[in-house]
Amino acid sequence: MTDTETKALQVKEKAELAHPMEQTRPGLVFTPDVDIFETEKEMIILADMPGVKSDNLTIDLREAVLTLDGEVQAPESKGEVEIFREYRTGKYYRQFYLSEVIDQAKIEAEMKDGVLRLKLPKVEAAKPRKISVKAS
Amino acid sequence: MLLFRRGPDWQRSYFRSPFFEEFNRMQRELDRLSDSFSRGVLREEFAGVFPLVNVMEDGERYFIRAELPGIKADEIDISVTSNSISISGERKIAIEGEGAKYHRRERESGKFSRVLTLPGQINTAKVEAKSIDGILNVVLPKADIGKPKQITVKAN
Repeated sequence: MTDTETKALQVKEKAELAHPMEQTRPGLVFTPDVDIFETEKEMIILADMPGVKSDNLTIDLREAVLTLDGEVQAPESKGEVEIFREYRTGKYYRQFYLSEVIDQAKIEAEMKDGVLRLKLPKVEAAKPRKISVKAS
Repeated sequence: MLLFRRGPDWQRSYFRSPFFEEFNRMQRELDRLSDSFSRGVLREEFAGVFPLVNVMEDGERYFIRAELPGIKADEIDISVTSNSISISGERKIAIEGEGAKYHRRERESGKFSRVLTLPGQINTAKVEAKSIDGILNVVLPKADIGKPKQITVKAN
């Protein structure tokens, strides 16, 4: 380990969706921060969606577009009066165009402490195959 | 002579054009900002410290909430004094295997520590904190001296 001090976590404002589709119910829509990486066998998406329970999460994959949609319930009860508010609550929504072909039947999703871990196994044929170049 | 003829609802399309979209957006932001100032009684300056918190109250208690995704309940350190609360911990992000190639990396890890001064005194013995689905919820019962007390108005 090169650094002994862990850096301080910086505060980031929640990112509101720039062009939200109109919803039938009013409310804010945020884009969750994500980490996306791939290995030989799969693509993994990690999304920060605090307040989203697995029951309120919709994951949709059709025609190579992956949609993440997580509903969040406002935690405040009726009798509460606001003293100060630094962040707002709203649903999380983000779409990705997937360049890889995914085996839909083997998708795995897990929600833990407000973080979604989505495992998207690649279809066998899409795995890279080494092509040996012959010298002539 | 050039004559411009405008349709009956030209204002609607004119003021919705991309040129005005920026002004509309700024108007909405200003409305939102003035909203938050009018309601906050003891509003601190935006501290710019992680985590962002919302502080609410009812007659009996203060409620402090923060979004701490990916942090387990037992990794959050909370301590209180009679009028302040300190929230600290560390967000860790797992290091993935050797072959992982990142397309995007937006999430951050690191330590955090924040102290908030409360608007009134609390009963430190009865403070309760829960962290569910990455949302921290701290309930701080007000000390009896802080609770609103009904006073009967005498007639003579």
